[in-house]
Amino acid sequence: MDVASFLKYIASGTAYTIAVTLIALPSGLVIGTLFALANVYGGKVIQRLTALYSTIMRGLPPIVLLFILYFIVSGSINLSPFWAGSISLGIVTSAYQMEIIRGAILSVSGGQMMAARAIGMNKIQAIRYIILPQTVRLAIPPWSNEAAIVIKDSSLVYALGVPEILRRAQLISASTQEPFLAFTAAALIYFILVFVTNRSLDALERRLRIPANP
Amino acid sequence: MSKPILTIKNLTKKYGENVVFHDINLSVNEGDTIVIIGPSGTGKSTLLRCINLLTRSDAGEIWLDDKEITCKECDEDKVRQHIGMVFQNFLLFNHLTALENVRLGLTRVKHMNPADAQLKAMQELERVGLLDRAGHYPGQLSGGQQQRVAIARALAMDPRVMLFDEPTSALDPELIGEVLEVMRKLALEGMTMLVVTHEMGFAREVADRIVFLEKGSVVEEGSPNDLFYHPKNERTREFLWKITELYGKKDTEQGNG
Amino acid sequence: MVSWFNIFREYLPSFLQGAAVTLELTAVGLLIGFVLGLGLAVARTYGPKWLRVIAIGYLELFRGTPLLVQLFLIYYGLPSLGLTLSQTLSAYLALGLNSAAYQAEYFRGAIQSIGESQMTAGRAIGLSRWKTIWYVILPQALRLVIPAWSNEPISLLKTTAVVFLIAVQDLMAKAKRAATDTYDPISSYLAVAVVYLVMVFILNEVLKYLERKSRIPGFEMESKKT
Ligand SMILES: Nc1ncnc2c1ncn2[C@@H]1O[C@H](COP(=O)(O)OP(=O)(O)O)[C@@H](O)[C@H]1O
Ligand SMILES: [Mg+2]
Repeated sequence: MDVASFLKYIASGTAYTIAVTLIALPSGLVIGTLFALANVYGGKVIQRLTALYSTIMRGLPPIVLLFILYFIVSGSINLSPFWAGSISLGIVTSAYQMEIIRGAILSVSGGQMMAARAIGMNKIQAIRYIILPQTVRLAIPPWSNEAAIVIKDSSLVYALGVPEILRRAQLISASTQEPFLAFTAAALIYFILVFVTNRSLDALERRLRIPANP
Repeated sequence: MSKPILTIKNLTKKYGENVVFHDINLSVNEGDTIVIIGPSGTGKSTLLRCINLLTRSDAGEIWLDDKEITCKECDEDKVRQHIGMVFQNFLLFNHLTALENVRLGLTRVKHMNPADAQLKAMQELERVGLLDRAGHYPGQLSGGQQQRVAIARALAMDPRVMLFDEPTSALDPELIGEVLEVMRKLALEGMTMLVVTHEMGFAREVADRIVFLEKGSVVEEGSPNDLFYHPKNERTREFLWKITELYGKKDTEQGNG
Repeated sequence: MVSWFNIFREYLPSFLQGAAVTLELTAVGLLIGFVLGLGLAVARTYGPKWLRVIAIGYLELFRGTPLLVQLFLIYYGLPSLGLTLSQTLSAYLALGLNSAAYQAEYFRGAIQSIGESQMTAGRAIGLSRWKTIWYVILPQALRLVIPAWSNEPISLLKTTAVVFLIAVQDLMAKAKRAATDTYDPISSYLAVAVVYLVMVFILNEVLKYLERKSRIPGFEMESKKT
C-alpha cells in the first residue's frame, strides 16, 4: 500500500467517524432536551417514564444498546449500517444528554421561572427565553465531555461494519502487516478529534459566559 | 374619591390543610399606595402571588378594573401583563443585561417593534436612574441597582398596579434608600401600589392606607396616622412596637433623607 | 419480542458463564486501574515537573481515545513490538490502563480538596514530603474519594462489553453466540441486556451500601453528589 492510498483511506475513515458523530450528537441533543424538559416540567406520569428511560438506557453498555437498536432500526426501515448505527448511537447518547440538560435546568433557580411568568410570559415563552438560554451555558462543560464520549463511542459502529477510522485501520493493518502503526494512527486521529472538540467548546463557553454571574 | 382599581373579595388560600389566609377583603383605589405589614409567615407574599395569579387562590374573587381575573376562563398571562411584581430577591434574568431585562417583556410579550421597545426600555431605566448601567449584567450590579432594574422591568409593561414583596429586605442597609426613593417617586406620580414592607418610615410617609395582617386575616387597617398613633387593636400596637425596636433608628434617618 | 424470554431461559447457563467473565474483567481492570490511577494522581499532583508531564500525557491520551482502539493496539499491535498477550490478558491490560486514567481524575480531585494545609501540617511535625503524602494525605483522600469513585465500577462494567470483539468469552460474546444460533439478534441482545441491567443494579446497590457505611459525618468533598 502506497502512501497516497494510505492517506486517502485514513481521510475517508475520518470523514465517516465525523459524520457518525455529527448525526448521533445532535439527534441525541434534541431527544435529550425534549426528555429533560418533559422530565422537569411534565406531569407525574411523564416524569416517571422519562426517568425510567434514562435509568435503563444509562444502565446498559452502549454496545449492547447499539446492537439492539441497530437490529430494530435496520429491521423496520431499510437503512444502511451507517445510518442505522448513527441513529442508534444518537439514542444511546440521548439519555446521557438528557441528564446533563436536566441537571442544568434544575440549577437555574426556580425564581427565574416565576419572574418570567410575572411579566406575563407563558410557560413556553419562559422556557424558551429565560430558562433555556441559561441552561445552555451551564450545560456546555458537561456536554463537551459527552461530545468526546460520542466521538469515542462512534468507534463502536466498527462492529456493524461501517468503514470508519477503526475499520480502516484494521484493513490497513491487515494489508501492511503493520498493526501497531495502523492502530497508533487511528488513536492519534481520535485524539485530535476529541482534543479539537473540547477546545472549541471551551472557547464557546468562555464566549457565552455571563459576566460576573453569581 | 377615585374608583377602586383592584378589589379583593373573600379571598382564601390553603396549602393542603394549612389555611394561609381566609376571607380577605381589600379594595385599592386608583393612585393609592397601600402598605401591608405583619409578622413573617402571615401570608403576605402568598397574598401578592395570588393577586398576580402566580398562585391560585382557593375561594373568593379578585377584580381588576371591573373585570374578574380569578375566573376559570381568565387568561392569566394577559392578567399578569397588567400587574407588575417586584420580588424580595430581585429575580433579574441572569443572562440578560439591565436593558435586555427591561426590554424582553416588551418584545416577547407585548410584541412591540424592536426600536420602540429599545426606546421604552431606556426610558424606564432612566426613570429608576440607571441609564448608565444599561449594558451591565445583573452580576455586575449592586443589590440596590438590581432591584431598581427589576422595578423598571415591571414598569415597562405599563401595569395598572404594582406589587412589591419586601423589596428592600434583601438589601444592605446603605442600599435601601435608593430603592425606597424610586418607590416614593412612583407613588407621587400616581402609580397604584401594594407594598409589603417593614420600612415603617416609608409606610408613614408614603402610604395612603396601612393594612395589618396577622395569621391570615386583616387585624386592622387605616391611615398611617391612625395605625401608628391610635392603634385600636392590642396586637397592632405590639407588632408596631416590636418593629420600631428593630428598624426604628434606620427609619428616622431615612425619614430625613 | 416474546421470544426474548425463551432465549433467556435456554441460554441462561451460558449467559451466567459470560457474566462471570464480565465481572472478572471488571474486577481485574478496577484493581489495575486503582493502583496505577493512584500513582498517576500522586505523580500528577506532587511529582517533579517531568513526571507531571508524563502523567498528564498519559491521562490525556487514554481519555482522548476509544477503549476499543487501545484494546486493538495492545492485542494486535504489541506483538509486532515483540510482546504477545492472550486475549484475556490483553483485555485486562486495556481495561486497567483505561480505567487508571479515569480513576486518577477522581483521586486527584480528592487530593486537591484536602489542600495545602494538611501538607504544611505534616511537614511541620517533621514528616518528609513523601511520608506526609503516604500517612496524611492519602488516607484522607481515599476516604473522600469514595462517593465520586463509586461511579467507576459500574462505568467499567459497561465498558467491558466491547472485549468480545477480540473474542474474549464475556457476556456479550455469549449474546452474539445466541444471536447467530437463533437467528434472532434482537431477542438475544435484549435477553443479555436484562442480565447487564441486573448486574448494574446489584452493583449499584452494593456501592451505595458501602458508601453509606464509610461515610464520616462532616468529612466530605464539596459539590460531589451521586
Ligand atoms: N408553596 C407553598 N407550599 C406550602 N406552603 C406554603 C407555600 N408558600 C407559602 N406557604 C406557607 O404559607 C404561609 C405564609 O407564607 P408567606 O406568604 O411566605 O408569608 P409571609 O410573606 O407573610 O412571610 C407560611 O406558613 C408558609 O409555610
Ligand atoms: Mg414574604
